[in-house]
Formats: sequence, structure tokens, C-alpha cells
Amino acid sequence: MNRQISLLQSIGLGFLGLACFLGFWQGMSMSGLVSNIFLPSPLEVYDRFMTLLDRRFAGATLPGHLAASFQRFAYGFLLAAAIGIPLGLLMGWYQLLDEIVSPLFDALRFVAPIAWVPFAALWFGTGIGGPIMIIFAGAFPPCVINAYRGAKFVDPRLIEAANMLGTPSRRVIMEVLLPSSVPSIISGLRVSAGLGWQSLVGAELIVASAGVGYMMVQGQANIQTHTVMAGMVAIGLVGLALDTALRAFERFIQKRRGLEQ
Amino acid sequence: MKYESVYIITDSLGRRGRVPRRMSIGLATILIVCVLWLAMTTLFGIVPSGRFPSPAETWSALVHVSGRGYGGGDLTLHVYNSLRLVVMGFLFAIATGVPLGLLMGWSRKAEAFINPIFLIIRPIPPLAWIPLAILWLGLGDAAKIMVIWFSAFVPSVINTFAGVRNIDRPVLEAAYMLGMPKFRFVTEVLVPGASPMIFTGLRLSLQASWTTLVAAELVGAFYGIGRVLNVAQQDLYPGMILVGMIAVAILGWGTTRVLGMAEARALRWNTAALAAKG
Repeated sequence: MNRQISLLQSIGLGFLGLACFLGFWQGMSMSGLVSNIFLPSPLEVYDRFMTLLDRRFAGATLPGHLAASFQRFAYGFLLAAAIGIPLGLLMGWYQLLDEIVSPLFDALRFVAPIAWVPFAALWFGTGIGGPIMIIFAGAFPPCVINAYRGAKFVDPRLIEAANMLGTPSRRVIMEVLLPSSVPSIISGLRVSAGLGWQSLVGAELIVASAGVGYMMVQGQANIQTHTVMAGMVAIGLVGLALDTALRAFERFIQKRRGLEQ
Repeated sequence: MKYESVYIITDSLGRRGRVPRRMSIGLATILIVCVLWLAMTTLFGIVPSGRFPSPAETWSALVHVSGRGYGGGDLTLHVYNSLRLVVMGFLFAIATGVPLGLLMGWSRKAEAFINPIFLIIRPIPPLAWIPLAILWLGLGDAAKIMVIWFSAFVPSVINTFAGVRNIDRPVLEAAYMLGMPKFRFVTEVLVPGASPMIFTGLRLSLQASWTTLVAAELVGAFYGIGRVLNVAQQDLYPGMILVGMIAVAILGWGTTRVLGMAEARALRWNTAALAAKG
């Protein structure tokens, strides 16, 4: 690779990069080349973000919208995990189930989660049910796939030992497959949280009457670019917090298992 | 002899048997699902047609959209528009993302300079750019290309970057030692070395492109599959919704296949190398 650089250099360059990015943005919006309505400066976005923290826009404050979004996200994500993980484990254990479910699963996988929006709205309405179904559609596949992989790649010696000792299937699943696929399941949860959060944003842009996505659509309709950008910042921050939390959890589990590289 | 070669197939474990078990169970499942679908909607009417369409309603919706047209155009026009936008946004993202990934992988300075910008932009999901794109560019093609570009750009940069960093050190050192000119170094060492990871990135990019396009079209568009879905949702037309979803799935599957074929062609040397290694 190209020459190594010192830590100091790397931090310095990093700050320079950020400064260039923000400076260019601030400069563009201050120069008047682009109308301020369409490109508010970083400082204005920050201001707007702070204002939205305690001023209502589109029916709620920013924390209120975030709470509404997060509630939906939590329901959809937990539902996906509660159905997806057992399904994946069972598919890894019972070959017949795998052979039955896989073709259906593969066919449905190519439908983008967002394409479920019309049916979700038709079946569960646009309040809380519809968005939950979209989150479910986004978060479900990684749960299944990772639980399946976890169960498939369990050390065969463990299963053979359990079989030799005459352990019943149910106990093999609960006491051998489940514990040894935990690391893979946790990684799957991290992926599915990311996809679920993204699907939620999409769902709220299309059908919802509250939530950050809804706030952004209202901002767009009122040509308030700074509100839209503040919404993007909020979504990014929550997504980042979710990812960081699950990553920490993943590392904790790996450490306990002595799997850390 | 000819017939035998059709029926007797050796599976991956070397077991020989008539038509592999996996495939026949898969086909049986799909057949059963189709029968169930027919039974639930048409024969017994357990699922009302306002909730989920019967096969006949789906077929008539398909005839409707391909003949008279629906939501502003016929099926060919919608498919053409969606496909065109995905391909354009995707190619644009590759053309910008792969070189940037190569640069970041090659030069530590470029990495240190660009990475923090990435770190603050990356957590924002591509779909969250849709309202901004509409504000900036309206409901036309340009806004869609912008969001597709955005969603496909990030995975291509990250995977290209990782691909360059995964190239065996001795290969790079040999190239340096032999005094390879920069241009040839890039085209003959960096790009081929990183290409397996680049293709992984492209597959992710392609999936992201489709999701983003459908979402963007659902939010607002004049043509496209997402537009069909959107109008069908407002008209409470389940048959058309299903047709739209099937179209999305087929397009996603088809483009992934094309990319897979391109990958197999481009990486033929790699498969051969892996096979030679054992």
C-alpha cells in the first residue's frame, strides 16, 4: 500500500476533510449561488434542529416524531426477530422445512420491502399496523438467513455427540443449535435493524400521519429545506445509535464466547 | 442415452438420483401455494377480493395494464422507465464510487481526508434523501437518479476500498519493485485484485438501487412501477398491486442475474486461480 501516515497526520487530514466539506457547504449557501431556501447553511440546519426539539411541526416536536417512529420500529423489529430467528433455526435443523420454505423465501426476497407499502396500507391501515409490516418486511430476511447459517454451520461434532447420547430433537435445538448460533444471530439482528430502520423511513414518507419521515414530507411540501435536513440528521443519529448499541452487544457476545479475532 | 442425461443428476455430495429431491419439493411447494391461493380466493372465498386478488383478477389486471395502460402508460412504458432510471443511477454510481474507493484504498492520505465525511453521511439511509431530492430536482428523472446514485454509491465505495486493502501485499510490492507505471498499476493490479470485492459491492448497490427507486416512485412520479403501485393503492385495486409487486421482483431478479453473468465473465481468471489452488 501507499506510505503509512502518522496518527497525527491522519487526524489532521480528517479535520481538514470535514472542514472543507462544511466550509464548502456554508460557502455555497452564503454566496447566494444557490438560493437559501434550497440549500440552508449547516448553521441554519443546526438552528432548526434545536428549534424543532421543543417547537411543534406537523403535529409534534422532533422528539415526539422520533418516539412515534421508534415505537413502530421496535414492534416491527421485535416481530421480525421473534418469527425469523426460530424459523431460521428450524430450517437449519429440519431439511424438509428448509426445502419447503426456501423457494418461497427466495421468490419473496426479490420484492423490495418498500413494494409492500400498498398491501400494508390496504391490510393494516396507515396508522401503526402498515408501517410495522414494512419494517417487518425489511428486517425479516436477515434474521432468517443468519439464524439458518448459524444452525447450519454448528460444529458437527457437537450435534453428533448430542445425537449419540440420544438427546431428543427439541433439546438439541434449544441446547446445542441455539446457543452455538447466537453470534451469527446477533450479526443478523444488526443487519436487520439497519434495514428495518431504513424501511421505516421509507414507509413514513409514503403512508403515515406521524413520525420523522412524515415530518420530512411535510417539510418538503412546505419547501422548508432546513426541516428536511434536520430530519435527516435525526434519522442518521438514531440509526447510528442503534448500530453502535448492537455492535457493542455483538462484541460483548463474541468476547464471552472467546471468538474475538 | 439422451434421456438418461436429463433425468440422472449428480448432486453436490455426489449422490445420484432421479430429479433432485430439493427441486421437486420446491416445485411441489410452489404448486401447493398456487392451489391454496386459488382455493382461498376463488373456490371458497375465505379471503375477500378487496384484500387479496384472485388469480383471475391478477390476470385481468395484467391485461389491463399491458393493453389499455394504467397510471399514465402501459406496462412496457412503466418497466422501461424504471429500468432505465435504475441502470442510469447504478452506472453513474459505479463510475464515481469505484474510482473513489480505489483512491481511498491506495492512498492513506486520501482515506484520512475523505473517511470522516463518509462517517457523518453514511448513517443517513438513502431513502431519507428522497424529500431533499424532490425539493432540489422535482418529481422527474433527475431526482430519482440522484437518490439511486446516492444509495448505490456508498456500497460501491466501501467494498472497492476493502477490496484494495485485501490485495496480497507481495503482489503490490512486486509491482512497486518492478517499477510499474502508475496507470498500468491501477488497471493491472489494483482493479483486478479488488474486483471480487468490487462485485460484492455492486450486488449490494443494485439491490439498494431497486429499493430506492420503488420508494422514490411511490413518493411521487409520472411513470414507473412505483407509480403503478401508488395509483393502485389509491384506487384500492389489489390485482394491480400484485402485478406491480411481481414486476418489481422480476426486474430485481433479472438485473441481479445480468450482474451475476458479468461477474462470472469478469472473474473467470479468479475462479480458475481458486480452482488451481485447490
